[in-house]
Amino acid sequence: MSAPPRTSKERSQTEPAAVRWLLIAIAVTFLTLFLILPLAAVFSQAFEKGFSVYLAALREADTLSSIKLTLITAIVCVPLNLFFGVCAAWAIAKFSFPGKNLLITLIDLPFSVSPVISGLIYVLIFGLQGWIGPWLQDHDIKIVFAVPGIILATIFVTFPFVARELIPLMEAQGREEEEAALVLGASGLQTFWRVTLPNVKWGIIYGVILCNARAMGEFGAVSVVSGHIRGMTNTVPLHVEILYNEYNYTAAFAVASLLAFLALITLVVKTIAEWKVQQQLEKN
Amino acid sequence: MKLFKRQNNVLPGFGPTLGFTIFYLSLIVLIPLSALVFRTAGLTWGEFISTVTAPRVMASYKVTFGAAIVAASINAVFGVLVAWVLVRYKFPGRKIADALVDLPFALPTAVAGITLATIYSPNGWVGRLLEPLGIKVAFTPLGITLAMTFIGLPFVVRTVQPVVEEIEVELEEAALCLGASRWQTIQRVIFPMLLPSILTGFALAFARAVGEYGSIIFIAGNMPMVSEITPLLIITKLEQFDYRGATAIACVMLLASFLMLLIINLLQKWSRRYAE
Repeated sequence: MSAPPRTSKERSQTEPAAVRWLLIAIAVTFLTLFLILPLAAVFSQAFEKGFSVYLAALREADTLSSIKLTLITAIVCVPLNLFFGVCAAWAIAKFSFPGKNLLITLIDLPFSVSPVISGLIYVLIFGLQGWIGPWLQDHDIKIVFAVPGIILATIFVTFPFVARELIPLMEAQGREEEEAALVLGASGLQTFWRVTLPNVKWGIIYGVILCNARAMGEFGAVSVVSGHIRGMTNTVPLHVEILYNEYNYTAAFAVASLLAFLALITLVVKTIAEWKVQQQLEKN
Repeated sequence: MKLFKRQNNVLPGFGPTLGFTIFYLSLIVLIPLSALVFRTAGLTWGEFISTVTAPRVMASYKVTFGAAIVAASINAVFGVLVAWVLVRYKFPGRKIADALVDLPFALPTAVAGITLATIYSPNGWVGRLLEPLGIKVAFTPLGITLAMTFIGLPFVVRTVQPVVEEIEVELEEAALCLGASRWQTIQRVIFPMLLPSILTGFALAFARAVGEYGSIIFIAGNMPMVSEITPLLIITKLEQFDYRGATAIACVMLLASFLMLLIINLLQKWSRRYAE
């Protein structure tokens, strides 16, 4: 007896099994080649000469100081961009005003600018040949080729992350809940802390984790403004470059593995946050 | 006339939040970016043109834009396939594959750069296999294309994926009932629905690839006229204290990104109209 006829639903929704598995195979091969292989290579190169060499590379003084600088950069940049993102999202999502779309486009601008240009613009302002460079030199203030320049360039490249995640989320949630809280006598700040914030909590976590990943990992923009002074103005990604160019591959990959590990944690938190945001939106 | 009409809105805090938003945006983004335009305006038209059309600069545009188009095209083909497979089929490891697609966003570009250079160098994991075939990837324009494909990978997948999710099964069933084969349905019903998002993803991947620096320089070889990308040329000029040259070329790149941004916005508008 022949197999029972397949329903039209099944047939209309899917390809023959052979085609299906062929497409899956192509997709998985592509992803393996471009994503899994590089990830595996980072860790395999890092541990090539054993765990003790790996640890020694991480304990080196220049490595430790680059880690410190990267942490400082992230600790300054992420809260600033978080505060900005929340302000921008509140104004844009909860109110209507002329020029809103232009404002959203301008907030997204840093994403479409090459990282190299993101660094260059600060050199053009604060560098010796820049607008206020001579004045800064007279007053012995160093911005470019020093830590403030690194922080500025990092703020620029991570600028849109929190805002662009929060704006659509807050727009989708509307104003009714906040209006109800205000009518019931809550103050503006109380409304924000008790009503708005719990609603967008996971959106904020999502934006912050991506902002942090980029802040700690930024290379091009920081490379232009850093001046590459070992132990002074080297962030972790810049330190990786120096070690690699010195043919110290094991150490380069050992330090790189820290960043790769950060990337993996970022992906996990991001996936959870995405799922929670989806749940929140469905609840509304 | 007041610029902002009194709105029918009881929520507080509009003034301070919008004020801070515009202040911070100007301070961090708008004023610094305008510095680039003003510095370029300091050059005469002739100086500007001769700087941005010098043979070495033209060669760098060719390498950068050429490799970016190829990389974005590769991503357009495989990105659609990956998005389709991730949404429509069930297979072991699907969730992990889905999460990993964003790796190029999360992995710092310098790490991607040294890793790709190592894998595809003549004695690396993949380079070793390609060497006997006479294919050299690392330190050639092919390496640049590869790095650009890596960093552009999430864009097409993530713009096409939600559209695939929203395709109504009824449409496919209708096509089937009207006698279309599966292939005809894909060609005539599904593909036109996906097209705006494919083009948007392509444009996003292209724009990202054109500006990319960190993941490319390690694998590129960086030979002037052959495998030197424009962002690297800007840095080289800067290191030689040729601020005018760096500024002029950066201005061309900035104009190119604005043009891309405009095209992307138009494409997104188109796809939204299509969705309604």
